[in-house]
Order: sequence, then C-alpha cells, then structure tokens
Amino acid sequence: MKNKTLIERVFLAFTALCMALPALASYDVNIPPPATPISAQIYGLHMYILWICVVIFVIVFGAMFYSIFKFRKSQGAKADVNFHESTLIEIIWTVIPFIILIAIAIPAARTVLDMKDASHPDVTIKVTAFQWGWRYDYSADDVGFYSYMKTPWSQIGQPGIEATEKKNPDYLLEVDNEMVVPVNKRVRLLVTSVDVIHGWYVPQLGINQYGIPGFIKDAWFKADKTGVFKGQCSQICGKLHGYMPITVRVVSEADYAKWLADAKTKWSTKAAPAAAAVPAEDASKQYSLDELKAMGEKVYAANCAACHQPNGKGTPPAFPPLAGSKIVTGEAAKQIDIVLNGKAGTAMQPFARLSNTDLAAVITYTKNAFGNATGKAVQPADIKAARR
Amino acid sequence: MAHDAAHDHGHDHHDHGPGPWTRIFTTTNHKDIGSMYLWFAFFMFFVGGAMALVLRAELFVPGLQVVQPEIFNSLTTVHALVMIFGAVMPAFVGFANWLIPMQIGAADMAFPRMNNWSFWIMIPAALLLFGSFLVPGGAAASGWTLYPPLVTQGGIGTDMTIFAIHLLGASSIMGSINIITTILNLRAPGMTLMRMPLFCWTWLITAYLLIATMPVLAGAVTMLLTDRHFGTSFFNAAGGGDPTMFMHIFWFFGHPEVYILILPAFGIVSQIIPAFARKPLFGYASMVYATASIAILSFIVWGHHMFTVGMPAAGNLFFMFATMLIAVPTGVKIFNWIATMWRGSLTFETPMLFCIGFLCMFTLGGFSGLVLSIAAVDITLHNTYYVVAHFHYVLFPGAIWGLTAAVYFWLPKFTGKMYDETLGKWHFWISAIAFNITFFPQHFLGLAGMPRRIPDYALQFTEWNTISTVGAFLLGFSQLIFLWNVVKTIRSGEKAKDKQWEGADSVEWTHLPSPVPYHTFETVPNLKLAAPAH
Repeated sequence: MKNKTLIERVFLAFTALCMALPALASYDVNIPPPATPISAQIYGLHMYILWICVVIFVIVFGAMFYSIFKFRKSQGAKADVNFHESTLIEIIWTVIPFIILIAIAIPAARTVLDMKDASHPDVTIKVTAFQWGWRYDYSADDVGFYSYMKTPWSQIGQPGIEATEKKNPDYLLEVDNEMVVPVNKRVRLLVTSVDVIHGWYVPQLGINQYGIPGFIKDAWFKADKTGVFKGQCSQICGKLHGYMPITVRVVSEADYAKWLADAKTKWSTKAAPAAAAVPAEDASKQYSLDELKAMGEKVYAANCAACHQPNGKGTPPAFPPLAGSKIVTGEAAKQIDIVLNGKAGTAMQPFARLSNTDLAAVITYTKNAFGNATGKAVQPADIKAARR
Repeated sequence: MAHDAAHDHGHDHHDHGPGPWTRIFTTTNHKDIGSMYLWFAFFMFFVGGAMALVLRAELFVPGLQVVQPEIFNSLTTVHALVMIFGAVMPAFVGFANWLIPMQIGAADMAFPRMNNWSFWIMIPAALLLFGSFLVPGGAAASGWTLYPPLVTQGGIGTDMTIFAIHLLGASSIMGSINIITTILNLRAPGMTLMRMPLFCWTWLITAYLLIATMPVLAGAVTMLLTDRHFGTSFFNAAGGGDPTMFMHIFWFFGHPEVYILILPAFGIVSQIIPAFARKPLFGYASMVYATASIAILSFIVWGHHMFTVGMPAAGNLFFMFATMLIAVPTGVKIFNWIATMWRGSLTFETPMLFCIGFLCMFTLGGFSGLVLSIAAVDITLHNTYYVVAHFHYVLFPGAIWGLTAAVYFWLPKFTGKMYDETLGKWHFWISAIAFNITFFPQHFLGLAGMPRRIPDYALQFTEWNTISTVGAFLLGFSQLIFLWNVVKTIRSGEKAKDKQWEGADSVEWTHLPSPVPYHTFETVPNLKLAAPAH
C-alpha cells in the first residue's frame, strides 16, 4: 500500500504542474505563426505528426498502465508464462506503424520538394556570414551592407559584472541594418560564409540554411504578410554565436522601392567595385591624437570589447589582453597587419571591412588606453597603405 | 548444483598474489575490470553532470553571469564528450565485462590482457580531455561534433581532444573485439546464440557497430589534425576540400554511435522487465531481429543530421524515408516490452521502476525523433533546443536509466548485498520528475526558435529556461541519492539472496551464488539442461 500512495502523490503533483504551466500567458509552447506558404506547411505538418504521436502514446501507454494496474502481483495476478510468442501480433504491429509512416511521408515529401524549388526568384540576395554578423548583397541593384547585433554590452553584462542597463524587449534580437524584402515576391537567398559554418535561421520564414565557407547554397521564401521576422545564427560559430541575430522586414512593394532607392545612396557597391567592402571616406585626412582616441573608443566598444573586454584585459588564454601587449605598444605595422588580416589559428578575425578611419582610430585608441601610454597615433593613410 | 561447486572455490577471493594497488593495475579478471569501468563511468557521469549544471546556471536568466561565452562553448563540447565516451560507453562495457562471461557460462573474457589495456588507456584520454581546459586557448569549443573550420581555430586543447578521441576509440575497438570473440567462442555447451540473454545479443550487435564506426571517427579527427598542422585541405575549400565532407564522415560514425549508446540499454531492459513480470520476454526472436535491423538501418540515415546543409531534394528525401523506417523496429521493441508486462505478475522494485520510466520517456524521445526525421519540419527545429530535448529524452531515460536499472538489478549479484529499496524509490521518483522539469520545457523553447549552444538568449525564452535550470539542479541532486545508495549497499547492505529476483532466469542468477566468486567457472558448465527456455 505504501508504494501506491507514493505513486499517487507523485502522479498528482506532476499532473498539477503540467496543468498549471501552460495556463500562464507568456509561455510560448509552439512554432511561431508562419509567414510564408512553406512555413505554414511546416506548421501544419508538425501539428499533424504531433497529434498522431499523441494518439499512439495514449493507446500504447494506455495498454502499459492497464497492465501496471491490472496485472500486479500484489493483487494476486498470476503470470501467464505461455503468452510470450505470437507471429500474428508481431506482423500486425510491424505493418500498422509502417502504414502510419506512409501517411506521414507523403505530405512531408511534398513540402520538401516545394522547399527545394528555388527557381524563378523576383529578388536575389547573397547572404554572407562571418564571425559575428551578416552581410546582405542585393547584387542586381548594386547594394550591399552589413548587419550586426545592436544590443549594447551594457545590457548583457559580464560574469561578475552586472549589466548596467535595462534589457530592451528585443534584447539580443535587434540589428543595426535589417534585411528588407517585398511582400508576396519570391526571394532567393544565396547563403555562404567567409570563415566558419553559420546558420541563417528565421523560423517564421521557414528557412534554416547553413552558410558554408567556399560554397554557396540556396534557399527561398515568399512572405505573404508584411512585418518584422526575427531569427538567429543556428550553427555554433565561436565565442559570439549567441550574438548574431537576424531581422527581416517584409514591406509593401512601394515601400521596398523607397527603401532600395535610399539603400543605393547609402550602400552602393557600384562606385568602387574593387573595394566594395570599404565605406566611402577621405583616407588622406589627418586627425589629432585626441580625435582618433575619441573615435576609437566607440569603434572598440562595438567591435573589440566582446573578446578583449572593455578594460583591455581580455580573457586569456583564448583572448589575450591588449593592456601591456607587446604588439599593441610596439611597432604600428605589426598591429595594423593583425587587425586588418586577422591572426591565423586564433579567433582573431580580419577587420578589413572597417573603414581606414575607424581602423586608425581604434588602433590609436588601444595604443593609448588601458595604461598603454605610447602617445603614438596611426593615421587613415597608414591603414590604406597597409591594405593588400 | 553448480551452486556448491562455486562455493568450493569461494576461498580464492582474496588469496592471490598482488596487493590492492598492484592488483588494480595488473588485473585481468573480468569482474575487477568491469568494476573499474563502472567506477570510472560513475566518476565521469558526475563530472559531466557538473559541467551541465554550470551551463544551466548560466542559462537561468538572460545576460552573462557565470562564465564567458568561450568557456560556455568548451563546457558544452566537453560535457557531451565526457558523457558519451566517458560515462555511457564505459558503463556499458563495465556491465559487458561483468555479465557476458557469466551469462554465457565462460570463465572470463577471451582476451584478458587486452581487456586490462582497454580500460587503462581511457585514463590518459580522460586526463587529456580535462587537461585541455588548462592549456592556452582552452578546451575544444566547437561542440562535440567538431565541425571544421571552427575547430581549426581552436588551440592545443583541440589537439588534446583529438588524441583523447583516438585513445577512447582504440579502447572501444579493443573492448568490442573482446566481446565479439567471447560471445562467439566461449559459450558453454547448450548456450546457443538464440538462447542467449538479450543483453549479450544487443552487445554483440553494438560491438560490430563500434568496430565499423570507430575507425571512421578516428580517420575524421586525424584529417582534422593534419588540416590543422600539416597544411592539408581535406575540409578547407580554399585548398579544394569541403567542410560538408567532414559532416558526412562524422555522422556516418555519429548515427551508429547513438545506437551504440542505446542498444545495450535495450538489452538490459529486455532482461529486467521479464524478471519483474515473472514471464519470459515476449517475442524473443523478433527482439533480436529488430535490434539487428536498427543496427543496419543506422548506417544509412546519417544525412538527417544535415538537412540544413543544402543537400539536393533527393538526398533529403532519401535520408528522411530511411530515418522514418527506424520507427518500425523500435516500435516492435516497445510493443514487445509492453506485451511482456501484459498478463504478467508485476512487482515494482527500483530496477523495474527505472525500466518503466525508460519505456515512457524513451518513447517520447522516439516521437520527437520522428518529428525531427521529417526533413521539412527539421528545418525549423534543427540546432534548436527541440533537438537538445530530443536527444536528452533518448539518452537520459534511455541510456542512463537503462544503466541505473542495471546497477540496482545486478548490484546484489555483484556485491552479495541488497541496496536500500526506499532510497532507490526516492531516487527514481525525484529523477523522473526532475528530468521532465528540466527537459520537457526545452521542447517548447526549440519550437519557439531558441538555438542551442548559446550562453544568452532573448527575453521571450526566459521562463522556460528558468524552470529548466531548477529541474537540472534537482536532477543533479537526485543522482547523489544514487551514489549514496550504491556506497551504502557496498558498505552495509543486507545480505542478498543467490536468486534475489524471483523472475530472473539468466545463468548468473540460476547457477551462481551472491556475491559471485572471484573466478566463476573453472570447469565448463553444462547449460543444456538448466538453461531457461525462451
């Protein structure tokens, strides 16, 4: 009897827990509302299979719990030792699951085929992943731009250091430049990467596509409603894997045209195709040490602080300190080379995509911060000269 | 009866040769080596569990509080490697060492010295794995799948991980050769293949899987090593290689590997359920065939880990259909276990409770596996917490509860002492509840789109993560009850009966006393008359 009461108590507690939890409103329990015909199919398939599983579970475990309550030794049940073989039953419970699987496989195969048919795109966007952000190239319109997480580190905090700012509602999911696409148009994505494997994942658009360095893979979607759809990098890609959000804004065709016209003025790749990644600037301008330091502090916070830390002490051994570093306090040429081209075999990525001015500023800043008082300045022209 | 014969050489136990320290290094006795495997696995289980608790602590609320993201990534990676190669696999080998010779009537394993070696090379492997946290660059932080090019960015810790995998692989291969040879050659007269207990059958098939796939893994990580240090370009597109090729090779190993982690547990459950139902296993032959079918199918489904790589539609469809097929033999197994309970005479001692928990929870994991096998649905769930929930549902209640049930079931036979039934029941119920609190909400997180292997998350994922972390700490605590119970049994358990379980019918229960003497069968037993009929 003791066992039974224990079982009953636990069972009751667990049931109460299961019933209480979903009743609270803010707990998401399902795939977010689909925004494309494909993601609607995915949603439907999942619900279809889920209900099949629920029915099977109830039948099969109904039989098990019936046995547990009916065939107990404590209730005088005698074992029927001859009931241990039946070819007929074995055949039945091999064939029935097989039929259920066919009933699942047919609609599933249809969706896979639809999903893989990326033909006849209206808009083609090349998605280039890198550690840790995205670049979107609307090649036909000569527009290309970077998209980074916008959430400041002051909202994230650090181990041992509390976040100083309150977290935004869109914490970790906000980007500086969104991908913008027109509604009801077939958008084809050409996904690749420049360093490690990343995953371009926006569930409401029904896309989860690895970007693989050296290869281009395609995926497509046709959003059937306007709105903002969010996602994240899905494949582990190093330290800041969790900080690589994606935002897609689906707009009307007129708004898309407006956005595109604006984008062409901001992010045209036509003017300087050879140096497409480098923003326009006057590289010959000379800045004072203080000007460079002030500009550099901002560049540092946005690009470097995550690994090398806001205080320049890094988190060795993976991310070496800049404070007191021989490379930082020594010859400018060596530091410029590492910042521009990255360091092979480490997580130090190339920062050639930043402007000459930004790079000069941030290098100057590191040479004159965290106790590094070299008094030396690096000018945009130095960076320009060092670019390969 | 063989019982008396066994007592005749019971005096052997402490009589021979070396002292306790020399003995643990030089022993070739299958029971000593089995115990060492089991203690090693138990230790690794707690270390791996502690790593998981650090991860869960970081995920308690949004923001970074406990560890830097790169440490988080390293802990994710090493948690998986420790649990797979350090805890579950050695624990199964430990039980294989203890049980297979006894169950088939053999004196020992076929290659006792190799058996010693296959245990001891795991120690340097474990040291390499843990030591990698201390070297410049830290431990491997690429996830246990070690995908290039990310893995080529790692420091020397990654190389140490690769060597650790080589050693653990060599250990597994040697263990497998030993198990196959023992089962095929050392069965006592009367113990035909189709009369073997299911644990021997599932291990025989698992051993073949290991021999087939471990060299593939070793090859893959060796290619990583040469890519990292000797300028080769197996997986580097710039040199004509392909990162996707690594995934294909890795998962050709990796999918059979997940069956390596579960098939011996199927064997354990297939012996424990009949013992507590007091009737023979339902559909013995179909269980053997289902196990073999699962093993064969496991070689042609690896692509379902790669639906988001961008394979052509035909590739996705092939791997989807092949994967769905696995549900058929797995279903047969579940139905057979339930049919074994049907019209039985059931009691619910701790091992049986863990087996019933296994049945329910493993089946839930199987259902989420069916959902994930659908290539289209996988697109929205790949690399999310849904996958984390799925494989913890099959591995924790599957492999770990299978092993836990085995510990409670065979501990009386191994030690001659009975465990504390009340503590065992507490262990089960707290584990069962805590496990579901930890992992059930992760289905919701994955469906809502939370990626895995991230140290920080958007605010809408907060509530379920907090609940999951609370569950995880409860789950970790409940395993301390387990440790306590095992230690208590060994130190002060009540004397166990030779046939502790009324319905147990394999040779170790019917022919041998509890505890089992140090040397089991000095003369070949005749199992023709005494063996149970299936």
